[in-house]
Amino acid sequence: MIQAEGLKKRYGETVALAGIDLDVPAGAILGMLGPNGAGKTTAVRILTTLALPDGGHARVAGFDVVTEGPQVRRNIGVTAQDATLDEMLTGRQNLVMIGRLSGLHRAEARVRARDLLEQFDLADSGNRILKDYSGGMRRRLDLAAGLVTHPPVLFLDEPTTGLDPTSRVRMWGIIRELVADGVTLLLTTQYLDEADELADRIVVVDHGRVIAAGTAPELKTKIGGARLEVTLNAPDPAAAGALGPFVAGAIQVSHDGRRLRAPVRSGDGLATTIVRALDEAGITVDDVALHQPSLDDVFFALTGHPMSDRANDGEPEVESSGAEIEVALR
Amino acid sequence: MTAVVTRLTPAIAPSRSHRLVRQLSNVSVLTGRNLVHIAREPLQLSDVTIQPVLFTALFVYVFGAGVVLPHGGTYASFAIAGMLALNLTTSAMGTAVGLSNDLNGGIIDRFRSLPMWRPAVLVGRSLTDLLTAVMCAFFVCMTGLLVGWRPEGSVESTIAGFAIFLFFSYSLSWGCACLGIVSKGPESAQGVGLVVLFPLAVVSNALVPTAHMPAVLRVVADWNPVSAVTAACRQLFANPNPSAAMHSWPMQHPIVTSLMWSIGMLAVFAPLATHLLVRRTRG
Repeated sequence: MIQAEGLKKRYGETVALAGIDLDVPAGAILGMLGPNGAGKTTAVRILTTLALPDGGHARVAGFDVVTEGPQVRRNIGVTAQDATLDEMLTGRQNLVMIGRLSGLHRAEARVRARDLLEQFDLADSGNRILKDYSGGMRRRLDLAAGLVTHPPVLFLDEPTTGLDPTSRVRMWGIIRELVADGVTLLLTTQYLDEADELADRIVVVDHGRVIAAGTAPELKTKIGGARLEVTLNAPDPAAAGALGPFVAGAIQVSHDGRRLRAPVRSGDGLATTIVRALDEAGITVDDVALHQPSLDDVFFALTGHPMSDRANDGEPEVESSGAEIEVALR
Repeated sequence: MTAVVTRLTPAIAPSRSHRLVRQLSNVSVLTGRNLVHIAREPLQLSDVTIQPVLFTALFVYVFGAGVVLPHGGTYASFAIAGMLALNLTTSAMGTAVGLSNDLNGGIIDRFRSLPMWRPAVLVGRSLTDLLTAVMCAFFVCMTGLLVGWRPEGSVESTIAGFAIFLFFSYSLSWGCACLGIVSKGPESAQGVGLVVLFPLAVVSNALVPTAHMPAVLRVVADWNPVSAVTAACRQLFANPNPSAAMHSWPMQHPIVTSLMWSIGMLAVFAPLATHLLVRRTRG
């Protein structure tokens, strides 16, 4: 349904896309994950005919985005990152206008607007001007606006950025319902948990390139097994040595020397073995945790910098803000 | 690319209606949207409501006290066509500002992702501004009647006088549309618009007879389209028209000249604005 091959785009000196390949089969959800400025929005703009690629090809719903723009536009719904609704109109007027401009008759457009307002829990505020909408309401209306014509392909560019946690979870619920209806969806996000939560497949984008692709579990496997976190009763320099045989990578030791973190090789009875090894070394353990790597870990492993690092505009936020020292083991 | 892609039946079946009907529908929807904006913020209409009343009263009482018309007649009867010129010309800037607002907001991306006729954005804007121009003409006319202006010609020719002005204003708004599209934002559109339109309105026969202007200015004024439209209007209103004594061709044939200007501007600016819009809204 969405296919792209070698999409390139530059704005002046800035390379927004350095050649991106995508393939989203019908009914699937692709999560495009990356920090600000990775090229996600540019990719969406090209696929929705809002921008022309400098190189490469893309087809959406079987139509070429460059040469068959009108046909593409008949098959897509778009929810852009910036509000693309009319601030001076009411929610209802916005939806009716979009329906009419998409070729619905007046009566059809009105019915559709009413249904969408109900579906998105906006029936009570349908006659209020958009200026008075909260962020969450606005996003829901923006999403509704993309659905006016029942498009089979949907693009959501960072649908929950800037929303409070409650609105975010609500938006996730709405998106899941849509997908249950068989819509093909491309979703961009900076939130790893969002991609993990919603997408069938994830592409990780950085500097205009796809740096990894796969399902969430596949990506997690790519950077090895589980993460270990041990809290000692008292700091003990011997602890790192005792953990050595299980660790695959670097051990991070917290400032007070009590907390140790490291990726570990999975194995049967791993937690038991680890506790036993520490015990044999005479080390008292307060807490042991083993968990699957998050997509944050994936991003760090793939790019060498944490995602939040760039999202916060270069403000380094490495693990516990530099309070920890890193001990490399081989 | 290996996957076989099935072409879908478009989600929106191409409407049964004729293309022209769809285009007109797009235009009417967008005109309606602009009118809702006006209804929400009526003060944005001050340049076609308060301003014409104020200008007309000010000019008639302040300028009128000092201007002596070469062939007799009161300043009020001379000034109303000029007030139409001044107000309609400067209010054409609204097109540039309105369009610039649309193009610099997020809404244009929404429009562009819809299967709609894109020039409808321009046509809708120009029709909205035609409606506000009608309002402007109405306020000038009413104020004029209050300060002693009377159209002395037949009803038909009086209507023709207004029609010539509205046609001119409509064509001019397409020129302003071009300005709105190339400008960086509403503020710069307004700034540039004022610099172009204000001299256009003032260096003309709209406010004072041109006979005593310095030679160069007089030539410019006599060939200024605003002068042609104003003179045509005075002729049709059968109001004092000192420009009839000027020997330049446009002043001798003001009706033909103003129609030629209006048709010419429309023929140049409408396709140009469409082209600029398409260019601006491409990647």
